[in-house]
Amino acid sequence: MSSETVVRVIVSGILNGGVYALAAMGLSIQYGVARVLNLSHGEFIMVAAWLTWTFFTRLEINPLISVAITAPFFLGIGFLIHRTLFTTLKNKAPSPAAFEGNSLLVAFGLLYIVQNIALLIWGGLPRTYVWLSGGVNILGVQFSLNSVIALAVALALGVAFYVFVSRSRPGKAIRAAAEDPATAGLMGININRVLPLCFGLGALLAGIAGVLLSMCYPVSTSMGLNYTVIALIVVALGGLGSIPGSFIGGFILGIVGSIVAQLESTLVMVSFYAILMILLVARPKGLLGKS
Amino acid sequence: MDISKFTSRKFLLVAGLVLAILVFLATFPIYGSNSAVGVWIIIMMYVILTVSWVMFSGSTGYMSLAVAAFFGIGAYTAAFLYPRTPGPLLPLPAVIIAGGLVSFIFALLVGLVTLRLKGMYFAIFTFGLSVLLYHIMVFYELQIQGFRGQRLTPITNQTAFYIVLVILVLTVLAAYLIRRSRLGLAMQSIGESEDAAAHMGVNTTMVKVITFAISAFFMGAAGAALAPKWGYIDPTVAFNMFYSFMPVLMAVFGGMRELYGPVVGAVIFAYTERALRLRFPYQYMLAFGIVLILIIIFLPGGLTGLVPKLQDKLRGVIARLRKGGQSEQHVNT
Repeated sequence: MSSETVVRVIVSGILNGGVYALAAMGLSIQYGVARVLNLSHGEFIMVAAWLTWTFFTRLEINPLISVAITAPFFLGIGFLIHRTLFTTLKNKAPSPAAFEGNSLLVAFGLLYIVQNIALLIWGGLPRTYVWLSGGVNILGVQFSLNSVIALAVALALGVAFYVFVSRSRPGKAIRAAAEDPATAGLMGININRVLPLCFGLGALLAGIAGVLLSMCYPVSTSMGLNYTVIALIVVALGGLGSIPGSFIGGFILGIVGSIVAQLESTLVMVSFYAILMILLVARPKGLLGKS
Repeated sequence: MDISKFTSRKFLLVAGLVLAILVFLATFPIYGSNSAVGVWIIIMMYVILTVSWVMFSGSTGYMSLAVAAFFGIGAYTAAFLYPRTPGPLLPLPAVIIAGGLVSFIFALLVGLVTLRLKGMYFAIFTFGLSVLLYHIMVFYELQIQGFRGQRLTPITNQTAFYIVLVILVLTVLAAYLIRRSRLGLAMQSIGESEDAAAHMGVNTTMVKVITFAISAFFMGAAGAALAPKWGYIDPTVAFNMFYSFMPVLMAVFGGMRELYGPVVGAVIFAYTERALRLRFPYQYMLAFGIVLILIIIFLPGGLTGLVPKLQDKLRGVIARLRKGGQSEQHVNT
């Protein structure tokens, strides 16, 4: 393998990893705080990608501007979904474990709803758009500008999110709710607002991940599930609730993915699922458990 | 032997009903049209998948999403043992049993590794297992075999119908016997509290692995029966995640407290699926999602969970009618 190939494989892995990290941060806050293992997470990514595609091809609004519409939209949708569905479910559930099981099933339901609405609107064929696909030279290898922008946005968002959670008042409430929702509620935190907020933030991160993905890859209605699994793996690698961990996990998975793609491109998803299952068996205490 | 047990009204009623259904099904291919027979094969397939899913997941509370995996393994076993060219390697009944056995053994291995996983992790693992097998088969067919899909020696709808009926009867029988056995009690205690069950001397791992494998046997057998009926399978047909989600929905919809709950749920859903899914695929799946959510939120006991509630209500109404309007007035004043 030439040194050029090595650079190409590793750098493109890192470029992908930024978006993986965003997706994982979203899943992490939804499960870590709101205790909803959102298997429809990837579907939100898919819808955001389609919206961006629509904005770009129909209205000629570029992705970095349309994200200002898409991101608040997803925050609101996520908040509403939690407020209506998961809050009701939580109030009815006899135990936290029952809530987790039922919320997983509800997330399946959401997966089917979102995916089929998308199929009705955008159909089943993959589409692409071309935006800033010019080359950037990194260590002597050409990479497309849009994927570099995607990584930069992901990193900036990661830092912003880190500051938000660790410094701001809502961030403090979120951390308290993650620690112990009942006690946080007794301490005067409005848990019925914080948990929907967390779900909304998760949807927001999924939305931005979708915008960034649409810049670099074809958009298709069936892409969602793969990104849900990628997010699960990254959370497992980086640890639940850790933002730097999400980026480390994202970069590792991105590089593994691009190495496998270099060797045999049809085996990328096989390797991802295999990693997921090995992680599950190797860490039976809980892949997503707090250590 | 206490003979009064077998002459009670309830027993006779249930026995009569089961016998009537069996006679109806057994004679159906004689007067039913070919396409109606085809519909009933699919309905019975879903009943098998749902009842065998409930056999393990219903009582232990471990949500398995590996139905698609075991169904697909059965289907592919049949594809390799009953190919169109060079023709069947084994007689059909042996192929069906082989499909079940391969699934059974696979489930034993998977169960030994993964049943230590609690709750969510088990659900994710089994989900991943189904999708992983799908991706592996796609890779195998495109990269090693060189073309997509497997052709099987086709069988008629009539033959498939009777095979599926036999599997169905055996599945329900097994589910019934397991519920009444020590194994069933052990599983229920695991579902209530696994730690407590272990303290009471239940070998929880053993119980879980064995029932997981038994349920996989029936799922595999169903896959092995359906594959030659279709005559052609590929990974999308055999390892469709739909087979994993449908039994969950059917069981939740029908209710899992009684044995007939999942059967009722499966029949209703399979029938509407046949009627609507081909014509309105997206709208059907959209409605599937909405119904799933509504049932989980508003109908946690399922459809059959309503029966005792309705009985209570009905008794209340009857009692009030018997007492006449007098008591009503008392309440009002």
